[in-house]
Amino acid sequence: MAKKTEKVTVAATYTWRRILVVVFFFCLVVGLSARAVQLQIISRDFLKGQGDVRHIRTVEVPANRGMITDRDGNPFAISTPVYSVWVDPVVLLENSEFIAPLAKALNIAALSLRKKLDQKSDKRFLYLQRKVRPEISQAIKNLDVPGVGLEREYKRFYPDGEVIGQITGFTGVDSRGQEGLELVFDEWLTGKPGKKKVLKDLYGRSVENVENIKSPQSGNDLVLTIDRRIQFLAYRELKKAVVKHKARAGTAVVIDCKRGEILAMVNQPSFNPNNRSGFKTAGIRNRAIADRFEPGSTVKPITIAAALDLEIINPHTVFETSPGYMMVGSKTLKDTRNYGKIDVTTILQKSSNIGTAKIALSMEPDYFLSVMSKAGFGQESGLSLPGETSGYLGNKSRWSDIERVTMAFGYGVSASVLQLAQAYTAFANEGVMQPVSLVKENEKRQGKKVFTKKTAKQVLEMMEKVVAKGGTAPLAAITNYRVAGKTGTSKKSIAGGYADDRYAALFAGIVPASDPRFVMVVVIDEPSAGEFYGGKVAAPVFSSVMTGVLRLLNVPPDDWHNKNNREIGSGRKIESDREIESSTKVEGNREV
Amino acid sequence: MKTGSFHRPLQGNPIRRLSLIESKLHLDPYMFTAITIVSFMGLVILYSAGKHSPSIVTRQILSLLFAYFVMLVVAQFPISSLKRWTPWIFLTGTALLICVLLFGRISNGAQRWIDLKLFRFQPSEIMKIAVPMMVSWFFSRIKLPPGFLSVITSIIIIIIPTILIAKQPDLGTSLLIASSGFFVIYFAGISWLYILAGALLSLPAGYIMWNFIMHDYQKRRVLTLIDPHLDPHNAGYHINQSEIAIGSGGIFGKGWLNGTQSQLDFLPERSTDFIFSAFSEEFGFVGIVLLLIFYYFIIVRGLYIATQAQDTYSRLLAGSIALTFFVYIFVNIGMVSGLLPVVGLPLPLISRGGTSIVTIMATFGILMSIHTHRRLYSS
Repeated sequence: MAKKTEKVTVAATYTWRRILVVVFFFCLVVGLSARAVQLQIISRDFLKGQGDVRHIRTVEVPANRGMITDRDGNPFAISTPVYSVWVDPVVLLENSEFIAPLAKALNIAALSLRKKLDQKSDKRFLYLQRKVRPEISQAIKNLDVPGVGLEREYKRFYPDGEVIGQITGFTGVDSRGQEGLELVFDEWLTGKPGKKKVLKDLYGRSVENVENIKSPQSGNDLVLTIDRRIQFLAYRELKKAVVKHKARAGTAVVIDCKRGEILAMVNQPSFNPNNRSGFKTAGIRNRAIADRFEPGSTVKPITIAAALDLEIINPHTVFETSPGYMMVGSKTLKDTRNYGKIDVTTILQKSSNIGTAKIALSMEPDYFLSVMSKAGFGQESGLSLPGETSGYLGNKSRWSDIERVTMAFGYGVSASVLQLAQAYTAFANEGVMQPVSLVKENEKRQGKKVFTKKTAKQVLEMMEKVVAKGGTAPLAAITNYRVAGKTGTSKKSIAGGYADDRYAALFAGIVPASDPRFVMVVVIDEPSAGEFYGGKVAAPVFSSVMTGVLRLLNVPPDDWHNKNNREIGSGRKIESDREIESSTKVEGNREV
Repeated sequence: MKTGSFHRPLQGNPIRRLSLIESKLHLDPYMFTAITIVSFMGLVILYSAGKHSPSIVTRQILSLLFAYFVMLVVAQFPISSLKRWTPWIFLTGTALLICVLLFGRISNGAQRWIDLKLFRFQPSEIMKIAVPMMVSWFFSRIKLPPGFLSVITSIIIIIIPTILIAKQPDLGTSLLIASSGFFVIYFAGISWLYILAGALLSLPAGYIMWNFIMHDYQKRRVLTLIDPHLDPHNAGYHINQSEIAIGSGGIFGKGWLNGTQSQLDFLPERSTDFIFSAFSEEFGFVGIVLLLIFYYFIIVRGLYIATQAQDTYSRLLAGSIALTFFVYIFVNIGMVSGLLPVVGLPLPLISRGGTSIVTIMATFGILMSIHTHRRLYSS
């Protein structure tokens, strides 16, 4: 009986134990479930928010920078989307097995990458390479290295490279303009970046776009007055001449004289804005606007026009230039030879210093100075490009005779090539100087009256003689077109005077003379291959460029029946089409 | 049978015939089905948590197949032979534990492995089975309920491997093994007085543990449990990320492969110890409840098998196995949800890693052997 009681007790104990265990563990189950309810239902929003804080980021979406194009919309500067590679050194060093393949993809030595990471091991962000080539960014995407990410950026690309590099300028690595138009019109070209929400993983890599908050706004395009074809042509011919005459530098500007629009502005040496490694400051400078030089004999038409306006001379007034030299104060002026008694037209045609000096001495210095000033000398051209010079125009109360005389043929005064070209538009536009422009504008700018209509016409006719037989620049002539122009060969000013063996060869021309459309100024700086006269060095560049321009822009030839003209053109061979076509082959370095 | 009087009378329906699976394969179909469902859920979440790598899933499938095979083999042995081998298994396991401490391989800062060149294994896994077997064996040879000396002896049997494993250090496994031993003592009918005394003794024992046995990193884990924001970058980091993962799953979860915390690498160890958090994030409260139902079914089935057991050894061992499995789950889920300190126990049948799965399946094999061989006794 006792045994049975014990058995029952023990069995009961056992049952109790089982129940107790079940109850106890049931409580634990309830506890776990309660915890799940607490986390997943009660604190859900808080914890979800905490999660979002960890993986949702608002990032900036870069905006496309506006294009810079020529007058017909051909791009001079465009932006293409590329990727920059960044790294979180802390994470990458934890996954060091990825360093070698990453270095291989980036085409750098694994050891140097390792060293770089070790040096910055306390940093959490580091650009490895900015704006990499697409195949590199794709390779890195495929590698999927922890701690390494790609950031979308825009790379600025200049399809025409060195042909227009000095005008466009370039942007820095942060896509802000640093030189040229990129700098001046930075605000205009730069877009407004957008914003988007992205999902990021533990290593900061963007995994997925969640939401676009704001779309990026592209920057505005900038349309230039430049004609890409003319720019190419001018660049090719200028470069050819600089090489041929072993010159230090060269500049050429082509202006549509009716609207003042710059159709071409080229310089040698130049630089390729796509290639940042080989920059030389000499190449970056836009000499056409930044360098001032003494215009020399190219000022003579202005001197003569000033005197014509005063009506103290006319084209047929005769001056005695014998015996080929003349004393002014203590200085001696010389002509290249003794021209004897010549009229004003011949003074200009032969570029007689003595004749010009005598005309200058017949005018008040203040009057002449005011004409020069009206023609833009000493004034900014208004392009507002960086580094633009306004030239130099003396402003004295008392002038010595020699100063009055030398200024009349272009010494003691300085200007940029663009200023000189602008001044010449006064002869092309019946006395009205057209302000130059580089950015396309709808409204034509207000011109500025410099000479009377009659004077401008007379000077233009006289300048045609310069290009004709017996003038200083027959090489500037163009078949079937009437050309007006003036040469200049100025000694370079050096410390303490003028160098005897360093010249700037100039030619300023207007075409067609019957109804002027274009003004072009060419300067070849310090030609050193023997020839140095403007008529020999600079005039042929004018001729070959303008031949192409007239054809490209469908300018009708001047009167065929004009016998005089035919004679001028007879000595020139007709440019073949092939030559013009080949001009388009002068292209920028198309490096991507 | 020496302790025959203490045996529970036969229960269940002796007339009911064993099904073919039970009699030929010695498998319990209910438990087998539940295990397979849970394992399958494990593979599904492992694909998501393992960076969608087919190789991880393939390896897990191979581990599972091997574990099923081990379960099948273990289930074929009648429980009497397992009982006969028990002391030898226990002694070999203890000897291996000592070997580990002397020449073991260090991995992840802990010395748990024996490297046999061909493969390496953790002797502590053997002890997960050997300790409850040994204690059950001990109690099956004495008169129950156990006296004071018997309790002390059983405690010594438990304490030796526990300390050896805690030394490795592997606190999670050592506590698991200790609890599996104590479950046997409890089921053996230990007096409530002893339990009360043990509870009182645990206070100074805890004090000694804290000051002399536990490593700094283990103490830090306990401290961060109390305040996870104490050290959000190191010790608290895991728990914070894990709680965010579980909580942000909400009721229905973010969907398979859509968990942000886990897919974006914020959740640490998400294919091993923290796989439950990844599961919760993607399948939500509903998913958790479903998973827990299948887990509880396995445990309840295990306890049922214990009640149906026909001898002391089987009954004690089956009860211990079922409850240890529960502890496994409870500790892991409690850990990842911030209720318990981080002790590094995998979620059984689901966490990646072959060794623990094989061990657990071996214990299920024991349960199945107990259940399917009982006819042989009764007839």
